[in-house]
Amino acid sequence: MAKVSKIRKSKKRSKVAGSSSKKPPVVYDDEQEEDVCGAEEDVSSEEDDGEDERKRQKLLEAIGALGGKRKHALAERSEAAVHMSEFSMTADDEADLSDLIGTIEKTPAATAQTKKHLKNLQRSKNTVECPLSKQENERIQRDVAFQKAALEVSRWQSIITQNQRAEQLVFPLNQEPSGPKPIEQVVMGWEARTPLEKEIFSLLAANKQPILDAVLTPAEEASVKAMDLEQVKIRRAERQKARALQSYYEAKARRERKIKSKKYHKVQNKAKRKEFVKQFEELVKTDPAAALEELDKMERARMQERMSLKHQNSGKWAKSKAIMAKYDEGARKAMQQQLEVNKDLTQKLVTSLSKEEEEEEEGEGNTDMLPDFVNDAEFKQDSSNPWMRGRLSEDPTEMELKDTMDALLREFDSRRKQRQDQESDTSAVIVNDGDDGVEEDQVTEDKVAEISDEEEEGLSEFTRMYRGIGKSLEKDAGSKDGSAELEEGLMRIRSVDDVDLLPQETPTEPQQAPTPQHQKSAEQQPSRSRKRKKGIELREVLTKETKVIKVPLAPTVTDSEEKLDQRVLIEEAFAGDDVISDFAREKRKREDEGKPKVIDLTLPGWGEWGGLGLKPSKRKRRRFRIRTEVPPPRKDQHLPSVIISEKRNSAITPHQVSSLPFPFENPAQFESSIRTPLGRTWNTERTVKKMTKPRVVTQLGAIIEPMADEQLLKGKKKVSARRRSRNTKTRTQPAK
Amino acid sequence: ACSKTSRQLTEATAAFNYNTHINACHKLKQVSNKRRNSLKVLLQHDSPASSTLRSTSYVVFRFQMKVKVLSRNPDDYVRETKLDIQRVPRNYDPSLHPFEVSREYTRALNATKLERVFAKPFLASLDGHRDGVNCLAKHTQSLSTLLSGSCDGELKVWDLTKRECVRTLQAHEGFIRGVVVRYCGTSFFTVGDDKTIKQWTMETPGYGEEEEPLNTILGKTVFTGLDHHQNKSVFATCGQQVDIWDEQRSSPIRSFSWGVDSFSSIRFNPVETDLLGSCASDRSIILYDMRESTPLKKVVMTMRSNTLCWNPMEAFHFTCANEDYNLYTYDMRFLEKPIKVHMDHVSAVLDVDYSPTGQEFVSASFDKTIRIFPKNDGHSREVYHTKRMQHVICVKWSSDSKYILSGSDEMNIRLWKANAAEKLGVLSHREREAANYSQKLKEKFQHHPQIRRIARHRHLPKIFSFYRFGFSSTKPGSVPVLSEKEKHVVSVVK
Repeated sequence: MAKVSKIRKSKKRSKVAGSSSKKPPVVYDDEQEEDVCGAEEDVSSEEDDGEDERKRQKLLEAIGALGGKRKHALAERSEAAVHMSEFSMTADDEADLSDLIGTIEKTPAATAQTKKHLKNLQRSKNTVECPLSKQENERIQRDVAFQKAALEVSRWQSIITQNQRAEQLVFPLNQEPSGPKPIEQVVMGWEARTPLEKEIFSLLAANKQPILDAVLTPAEEASVKAMDLEQVKIRRAERQKARALQSYYEAKARRERKIKSKKYHKVQNKAKRKEFVKQFEELVKTDPAAALEELDKMERARMQERMSLKHQNSGKWAKSKAIMAKYDEGARKAMQQQLEVNKDLTQKLVTSLSKEEEEEEEGEGNTDMLPDFVNDAEFKQDSSNPWMRGRLSEDPTEMELKDTMDALLREFDSRRKQRQDQESDTSAVIVNDGDDGVEEDQVTEDKVAEISDEEEEGLSEFTRMYRGIGKSLEKDAGSKDGSAELEEGLMRIRSVDDVDLLPQETPTEPQQAPTPQHQKSAEQQPSRSRKRKKGIELREVLTKETKVIKVPLAPTVTDSEEKLDQRVLIEEAFAGDDVISDFAREKRKREDEGKPKVIDLTLPGWGEWGGLGLKPSKRKRRRFRIRTEVPPPRKDQHLPSVIISEKRNSAITPHQVSSLPFPFENPAQFESSIRTPLGRTWNTERTVKKMTKPRVVTQLGAIIEPMADEQLLKGKKKVSARRRSRNTKTRTQPAK
Repeated sequence: ACSKTSRQLTEATAAFNYNTHINACHKLKQVSNKRRNSLKVLLQHDSPASSTLRSTSYVVFRFQMKVKVLSRNPDDYVRETKLDIQRVPRNYDPSLHPFEVSREYTRALNATKLERVFAKPFLASLDGHRDGVNCLAKHTQSLSTLLSGSCDGELKVWDLTKRECVRTLQAHEGFIRGVVVRYCGTSFFTVGDDKTIKQWTMETPGYGEEEEPLNTILGKTVFTGLDHHQNKSVFATCGQQVDIWDEQRSSPIRSFSWGVDSFSSIRFNPVETDLLGSCASDRSIILYDMRESTPLKKVVMTMRSNTLCWNPMEAFHFTCANEDYNLYTYDMRFLEKPIKVHMDHVSAVLDVDYSPTGQEFVSASFDKTIRIFPKNDGHSREVYHTKRMQHVICVKWSSDSKYILSGSDEMNIRLWKANAAEKLGVLSHREREAANYSQKLKEKFQHHPQIRRIARHRHLPKIFSFYRFGFSSTKPGSVPVLSEKEKHVVSVVK
């Protein structure tokens, strides 16, 4: 019974082995297990069976010997091997691993270790899987290989997209950067060749001298190595902060300096001065010696300033300002300030040296102390008269703003009278003069006279008055030597050769009423100069003259009448063509064209009698009279100076784009792309260069190699740099 | 004083010029005549005059037209040398230039027309083979050297600058199927129908010496294609299977076969240098890795591909020339669908080669034309043909990206410009700037119908128009719509 079952099982197993690839391996595993269990049972019952068999055989033989009939049964053949077995086992029985292991349990010779191993083996129920078919195997191999290759190739993805987006590609890719190489690179390639060089190098080597001038000394290199990343980062941050602070301060200073408000600066200066004084006082209290020293220092600074040529209008700045002064009010003012400073500085010593003298001079007015007129600061005492302010070039409009209107008016009246009196004899005076400027002066004079004759009313009061002054001045100059009456207007120290400069100047005082004081001053001239000799004559002390800046004057001609006349001129020129009414007519015509019309399509005699005197019936006329539809209101109906035509222009249509081209998403986008001009007529040179940059640039006659691994590294560096710059705030590991 | 007088003189001439100008004005004539008498120059001195002050004066016309005379510093407008650029002061205020679009449009139109006028791409014909040119090879180190193998087994080396043949050798019996120059440029390999691979030195043998190959490898089967590794001494052949050879050995170090019995071409990837691609006769394209023992992947298309070419700047893109008149650009990682289908040829495409910049490629076709395609455009930007050029079998793009070489059935090799209207040689700065500007203008207005029409116009034989507007026999809607990309791929085999 047991035997039969065993055979069946073994058969089944062989079948399983044959079709292993078809059946799922799990099933295969179960059967194996079952089989093993069955085998164990068999082993235990086998021995009893064997004994019974023998007994039974003996019994049968004995029975056979009793009767002789069943001899042929013994003649039955069988294979020898089947019955020949050491352990009374037939060939049908197969020995399992478990059969063998079972015996080991009993043998004492086996070590405990092997027993343990075997037990473990028995416990693990997995079997080795059957190898896959060749096709399957290859397929898997291919798949794995492909995955690997695809992954490897994908590392180029970033650089490829980068190149696709790039505005410009330059080929060949691995061009060496032009320019100087680092010195180390150049030096490293060099080696000693001649015997002399070799000798020198051997000597150097023997004396342990550095052969190559390294960029970093060994100590520096060591320090570089010693510095770790964190330290470097901290240090860099510190430096960044310092730089930022510096730039902030610089920006602040620049901003403050730019502030034009005088008041602001005044306040600022005042505050500074206060601060300084406070400090100084404190210093006086705490350390008198130091205070004294400070005071000394200040004095010395002043002295230095005086001795040096500062504020003399001789520097670069002053020269540039002098050029600008022609046009720029600000520059003029700055120069004036400079002069004021100069005056202050130079005067200081004088006052300190001779106080009594100062008192005397103050009574007379200190006009004589001044350098040349043009360079003078404004006189404060004469603010009532704008003409006395030393700046003729100032705009008349500016003067208008002055609050001394009534004084001005008075002035004008007196001027006019004066001029009318003097007009007759001016030209004669000028002829008498005989200077080099006479000719031109005369011409001007003529012109002035002419103009004043023709259009006296038209000229503005300012111009007239201004001329008046000019004339009176000329008169002054002309009759300087002769008339004592005019002399009193000039109380400056002046030589005769200064005369031609006179028109440039203005009298420092009103001219009409000479005061006794002035007379006195004129008389006192020699005595004053004598007195002054006592102190230090500054002009003599200073090595260099204060520079005279010549400032041209702005034209003062008004052109209101000119403009008017120009208009008349143009009106005259284009008298014939009336453009506006032409336009209106055309527009009306267009409007009329668009208006609805009535078309009469009645045919007389159609469907009824026709002929002379017969008219088509009313019904018919009504029926065949067609009224065109009212068009929508014109777009230009409220725009009187515009004609908007909504007709399609067939001449343009072949040049127009009918549908939106591919890469654009909406018409506005496309239109904006068209609207941006590229040429240098509309763009600056730099923009043109940028916009017309070709997409691909190749070098002439250079072989372009395919992309190599170095490009990959470069691309990675670029990408990582970009990423780093994007999140500078978050601390990231530097990309390698 | 001198300067003073000169300035007055200029002012006077200015006044005179102005006067003549007035005369020229038609409308103003009468008026000016009326006023002519009163025209006077008034030199007016502002009263406080110094010597310098006097020199600045103002011209006032009595008929109340004020002319401000410009006085300019010559430093601002006089060039120091002739080579300096003239400074042209310009006002870029857009309100002063109201017609910029129409002006640029005109310029673009003219540029397009001129481009067509100057489009003369054909440079030279290299004549000397006695049978059809079957294969071409660029020299890896020298731009002026070209190798060509013909159908009668003759190989010629050409000097392109002189446009002459410098060396001829009988390399094989029967067709030369492939020529390739080793990466160092000192030797080259040929395969032929006589089942041999031969290596030759690049130097011409001296007088009296015989042309003999350095090495000859006898194979078992016919070799149909050949390519060399980018920087290793390894080359690959294809025939009944794909073989990878070491130059030092006479037997292949690796053989790949995947159920196919013949291959038509094999190409190494120039960027990812261990990868290969091959076209097989079972309509498939197979990818290999030289280091692996098995092929990688295979894509089967509706028709056979003749050749493929890898993009030298994009590691995973390749383009194959197909028998179905199209070219297909694939990403090797995603073979399910080509990333672009390039259509325009009207017969089988026989060869394809990328520009070394990787931006364009050129294809040779059985329809007797070569076409240039931008790598991501579905249609060609240029087509070259001549009356005498027959089926073009092989084509190469020169390694400086300026020229194209084509070998055709009627025994000639032709040299073309890659950009038909480009001026060859060194351009002056201004020429280059002008060319760049007109190029950008053409691009800007390329969608305008007139410009597009002129730019796209080519004189082609009539047969092309027939092909282009061929007729379809199916009713619209009867066949499900498939995108062109999906239509041509049958399957991808792992």
